[in-house]
Amino acid sequence: MPGAGRGRGMIGSLLSGDTPRSRVLAALLALVLFALALAPFLFPGTRALDVAAKVCVFILLVASYDLLLGYTGIVSFAHTMFFGIGGYGVGIAMARLEPGWGALLAGVLAALAVSLALSFLIGLLSLRVRAIFFAMITLAVASFFAILASQLSDLTGGEDGITFKVPEALRPAFRLTEEPLLGVALGGRVLSYYLVFVVSLALFLALLRAVNSPFGRVLLAIRENDFRAEALGYRTVIYRTVANCLGALVATLAGALYAVWLRYTGPNTTLDFAIMIDILLMVVIGGMGTMYGAVIGATLFVVAQNYLQDLMKLASGAMQGLPLLPQLFHPDRWLLWLGVLFVLSVYYFPYGVVGKLRLMAVARALRRPPP
Amino acid sequence: MNPGTASAGEPLPRAKTDWVPPLLVAGTALAGLAFIGSAPTWVTLTVAGLAMGLLIFIMASGLTLVFGLMDVMNFAHGLFIAVGAYIAVSVVRLFAPAAAADSFLANLGAIVPALLAAIAAAGLLGYCFERLVIRPVYGQHLKQILITTGGMIVAEQLMLVVWGPDMLPLARPQTLRGAFLIGDIALEKFRLAAVVVGLAVFAAMLLVLNRTKLGLLIRAGVENKEMVEAMGYRIRGLFVWVFVAGSALAGLGGALWGMYQESVTVLIGAHMMVLIFIVIIIGGLGSVGGCFVGALLVGLVANYVGYLSPKIALGSNILLMVAILLWRPQGLYPVGKS
Repeated sequence: MPGAGRGRGMIGSLLSGDTPRSRVLAALLALVLFALALAPFLFPGTRALDVAAKVCVFILLVASYDLLLGYTGIVSFAHTMFFGIGGYGVGIAMARLEPGWGALLAGVLAALAVSLALSFLIGLLSLRVRAIFFAMITLAVASFFAILASQLSDLTGGEDGITFKVPEALRPAFRLTEEPLLGVALGGRVLSYYLVFVVSLALFLALLRAVNSPFGRVLLAIRENDFRAEALGYRTVIYRTVANCLGALVATLAGALYAVWLRYTGPNTTLDFAIMIDILLMVVIGGMGTMYGAVIGATLFVVAQNYLQDLMKLASGAMQGLPLLPQLFHPDRWLLWLGVLFVLSVYYFPYGVVGKLRLMAVARALRRPPP
Repeated sequence: MNPGTASAGEPLPRAKTDWVPPLLVAGTALAGLAFIGSAPTWVTLTVAGLAMGLLIFIMASGLTLVFGLMDVMNFAHGLFIAVGAYIAVSVVRLFAPAAAADSFLANLGAIVPALLAAIAAAGLLGYCFERLVIRPVYGQHLKQILITTGGMIVAEQLMLVVWGPDMLPLARPQTLRGAFLIGDIALEKFRLAAVVVGLAVFAAMLLVLNRTKLGLLIRAGVENKEMVEAMGYRIRGLFVWVFVAGSALAGLGGALWGMYQESVTVLIGAHMMVLIFIVIIIGGLGSVGGCFVGALLVGLVANYVGYLSPKIALGSNILLMVAILLWRPQGLYPVGKS
């Protein structure tokens, strides 16, 4: 399909030629980009900004997971481990050293080094064999890492995690200008948000570049038929390992960003297996094998996570007195409905929302009579 | 034996048994004795390790057979464990007076229905799960992992709807509480009971697999599915029942594990899955014997290390797995796959 929807001009090259190829999708993506780019001005308030920052971080995290699952066809359950390494790298460095940009950089670099070594080792040990083997090994290693993090409480703060100070310019008390702009005080929080936003956007575009390069095409070939890819002369083990390391590094950076935003890192925000499940849901619902799926999936999921519960509280209240239904619509059961959506997506929309939208666009183009 | 018929008289060539892995278990136990030093402690820990290992074996054996037979990896296996445990809680509650009575027979009157109910519920659920969830994704590994994980999420949430989010107590029956004291050696009664049940399940499984036609077909199917199909047997029909049996065993294991821990949460399945994966990887995917040896190894090592240095107890299992994979990359008993 390369060349079919090759974009033109600056936007096309920014998106590495991988344009949305569906008007509805393009409109949705533009809407998400617009909302995230102007979030501090559009949605003032702490909670809304938290949601926006989380969306940015999870778009990046899910995109890096999609590199593994959607493009290379390997299932890893250790992605939260790398996310956690990023968070803990920043947390430990900021808590131990003088909290400044130097410490932040040192923490991020150390976390990247640890992630690279670990992902390389895991890949070497288990990517030679079948996908299922890799999935099981990563599950075991990730749960071991989560236990390790809660046991080494001297270093990691155990279950409580680490609360730390961020560089001066990112603290809430910091003021960039005296006058508020459009009614929003330009302070440390807004700066932090834009740090998260810009880094996420840049890394997302870099991932888009990677999957649309010759390297990305080989990954797709491996996903479709690894035996054949090997027969064509590509060393699939090497490609898989590189993809695994790349995914791990980006996840580490996402973890570092999230820690900087929260000014906290702990097992519940990074290492929890529930987050791994969330990532899986976001990738599959959004659309595997399409980087834009990460945008749609993460946005949908994080917004649902934060606002679906309010809706369900209303529904549950309205059904009071009926048997079982109030429990099914209890606000704590929101994951049930997303889980059902997940299972249905795997069966009926294997390429998720994005795949469905693109298919609809193709069908429309076919229906139109040729000029 | 009739000497007139040649085929009956000649013993068939037997497959060579690889004795290294069982010796490894014995070696681990001896190494444990050397490190721990005190014999009574060692006996207590060994019994605990064997009990844990056998319970894990009960839960894991079905999963490894299912994988060997149909190349299906069920990431929702933990679901059957959790269902078994929850059903046991509900049934033991029904028979609360019998479970609290001070007579072993009365206790059996509570425990046996609980275990049977757990087996039946998990088996039934396994049947439905195979039909509805796994059947459409045969032969597609990626989708299997995704679908079964999704099934697990939904099922976990439904269990929360039925049984509520709180941790439920699951008391051991009165006569199985406490420990026998022989000199300095303390042997927990429930662990001994778990060892007995675990060995019984293992023996029954060996009998079925090695002495019946059904077992012969299962073993042949694991070895080479196409060949068995070419001979006119329906592997799929067989597979459904192996899946149901595996789920039922997981339910039994879950009920026993719940009593072992004396409490049940919805996470019991997900927690056990990690250990189960380690065990079946160590044993060699698809091998029941390997699963047995792997489970014993994991149980013993977990208990010894848990005593010697509690902080790295779960890590010890990972290290064990890595060490064994470096030695035998396909697990202790590699299953020849065509």
